[in-house]
Amino acid sequence: MKMGTKKTIKSDGVYYRKLNEEIRQAIADGATEIMLTGVNGQRYIGDGLHDKVKITMDGVPGNDVAAFMNGPTIVIENNAQDGIGNTMNDGKVVIHGHAGDVLGYGMRGGKLHILGDVGYRVGIHMKSYKNKVPAIIAGGVAGDFFGEYMAGGNLVLLGLNGAADEPLIGNYTGTGMHGGVIYIRGEVEEYQLGAEVGIKELDNEDHKLLKKLLEEYCADFGLELDKIMDKPFIKLVPISHRPYGRLYAY
Amino acid sequence: MLKNTTPAEFKVVIDHHICRRCKRCLQNCSFGVYSFADRVVPDNSKCVACQRCVGYCPEGAIEITSNPAAFKYSANWTPEHRKNIWKQAEQGGMLLTGMGCDLPYPILFDSMLLDACQVTNPSIDPLREPMELRTYLGRKPDSLQVETGKDGKLKSKTPFEPQIKLEVPIIFAPMSYGAVSLNTHKSLVMAAKEVGTVMNTGEGGLHKDLYSYGDNIIVQVASGRFGVHAEYLDAGVAVDIKIGQGAKPGIGGHLPGEKIGMEISKTRMIPIGTDALSPAPHHDIYSIEDLRQLIYAIKEATNYKPVSVKIATVHNVASIASGIVRAGADIVYLDGFRGGTGASPTVIRNHVGIPIELALAAVDDRLRQEGIRNQASIIAAGSIRSSADAAKAIALGADAVAIGTAALIALGCRVCQMCYTGKCAWGICTQKPELTARLDPEEGAERLTNLLRSWALEIKEMLGSLGVNAIESFRGSRERLRGVGLDKQTLDILGIKPAGR
Repeated sequence: MKMGTKKTIKSDGVYYRKLNEEIRQAIADGATEIMLTGVNGQRYIGDGLHDKVKITMDGVPGNDVAAFMNGPTIVIENNAQDGIGNTMNDGKVVIHGHAGDVLGYGMRGGKLHILGDVGYRVGIHMKSYKNKVPAIIAGGVAGDFFGEYMAGGNLVLLGLNGAADEPLIGNYTGTGMHGGVIYIRGEVEEYQLGAEVGIKELDNEDHKLLKKLLEEYCADFGLELDKIMDKPFIKLVPISHRPYGRLYAY
Repeated sequence: MLKNTTPAEFKVVIDHHICRRCKRCLQNCSFGVYSFADRVVPDNSKCVACQRCVGYCPEGAIEITSNPAAFKYSANWTPEHRKNIWKQAEQGGMLLTGMGCDLPYPILFDSMLLDACQVTNPSIDPLREPMELRTYLGRKPDSLQVETGKDGKLKSKTPFEPQIKLEVPIIFAPMSYGAVSLNTHKSLVMAAKEVGTVMNTGEGGLHKDLYSYGDNIIVQVASGRFGVHAEYLDAGVAVDIKIGQGAKPGIGGHLPGEKIGMEISKTRMIPIGTDALSPAPHHDIYSIEDLRQLIYAIKEATNYKPVSVKIATVHNVASIASGIVRAGADIVYLDGFRGGTGASPTVIRNHVGIPIELALAAVDDRLRQEGIRNQASIIAAGSIRSSADAAKAIALGADAVAIGTAALIALGCRVCQMCYTGKCAWGICTQKPELTARLDPEEGAERLTNLLRSWALEIKEMLGSLGVNAIESFRGSRERLRGVGLDKQTLDILGIKPAGR
């Protein structure tokens, strides 16, 4: 790999519009690694960027990190908020903490790796297209509407850090799901699922895919794959690819 | 499925004396009405009165009439109600329909009349005087400071947000590639370029072949986010966030897998044959604050192109529009309840929402009262049927109007309302290659260009008679409208006087 230029941008107290301008300028100047120091709630970081660049931040960014993003890698060494990877096309976001609601909405490609818990409405309407198969992997627990309207891609929930009595996932999981796969490490109750999904056992192909996804995830956070794989996973898939077929009269 | 007992809606009458059995009707009918057994035999139950066979019969031997099925008269239980109940009893589902509401609700445009000059205030002759229809859509500054440039011309010292320049105050309404054919999109975009206006992609993305027309395109982002990526957002002059549609306020969309062929699959970026479900709400927008977040995410991703927000006109439209403007939208697109659709449950299309005339007046009033009218342009849509409707909408406060159904009619649509079947015999609302080939985009563009040219001439004529020489001087001039046969409250909401006052 070609050695790139590193650039540090002091972000403390910088308005988001200016911060994004500085990031774009740094990329235009040839930076391939950008460090944002002191990020504190600025929204829209990395939106619409399509260059092969790595952006790292030590603080907590605001909503909509990596919306419409198409290629870069963003590493958040902290917690993150809502709307990350909205309609993302390609690239990767690694979050070394918890993340909020509506992650990966309508996401079509790339990866979201979250070490901790995630909020509500994660992976809604994720979709895949040809070689673009998006993946969201969350290490902790998730809220309601996980994978709602999911049309493609892979959603993985590991439940690594939760207390034993804490629910792994909220309600309405996979409601309206008509494509893609949800893998959950542990058990879910029937009442937590939407009417359109069914629980299946993993086959060899699933194990292969899961291993591949989790190897990269473990590498990002320095976790041990074997420890994650020591507990059985279940798989949620849509019962029908046409969940709303018999609704109409003509 | 149970036996179909619904009587045929239409009757196909063939004059066998002049029919030369050329079978062109068999080739042209996409609804499978015709078969041939010694002579042409129609199956009335399949006819939708799209008039394709009538237009293409070289002998003029076909006539479509409504089927005078003998229903016992009831003003209450109309044949429509009875037929709908039979269909539902047989199939057990929501009735689907296409195009705009066809029920006889009052059309307020038809109860408003324009003013004209006589004697004391001279009219302007548009044949002799220049008439200005140019319209700029986008956020305008709160105040304007002007200075004299070195060339002696006046210049604005106040910076302007980017604007969309239109040569006519009429744009093409969003209709997705998927609902309509690629040739329809091509016709629209070529006409928009020729005339100097814009077409809106609708929510199905933009076909690769049409990216070069970016200066005449508004790209749309809806809840399904089909075909939405950074390059797409950047392709047009503005981005439109679709919240709602006049024909189906508050409900989502559903393009069935059968319509997702290769080209649609590429454009929407979803696998061939899968259902394209647009959820009812955007699940990342549950509040005005969330809407603001998406607006500014799009602005950040496009280096601050204008963002439009399209809503269906519902009861509380004025407050909603105020929120949209405060959320940072540069354009508010109002789609009245008579607006068209490629597919909508009939009950929603016919019974939900409010008319554009009242919604437009209410929104314009509210934004003025709040002192934020300059912050966003208003586009009025939802059955603009003529240049007169357009002029009246502009007098009520619209910056521009959008036409969808009118544009499709110009392309050959017969308003048979079967868009949801995907069998459009005129090649407009279908993806079947043998049908889409029936619409020649060059000819389509010419028809649309002619339509806009005609309406522009008519609007200039109306402006001349009103004694103004620019659409800008007429915009929001409700004083130049009068109501006929409208009650006091309706006049009050429209902000117009009754004729005679």
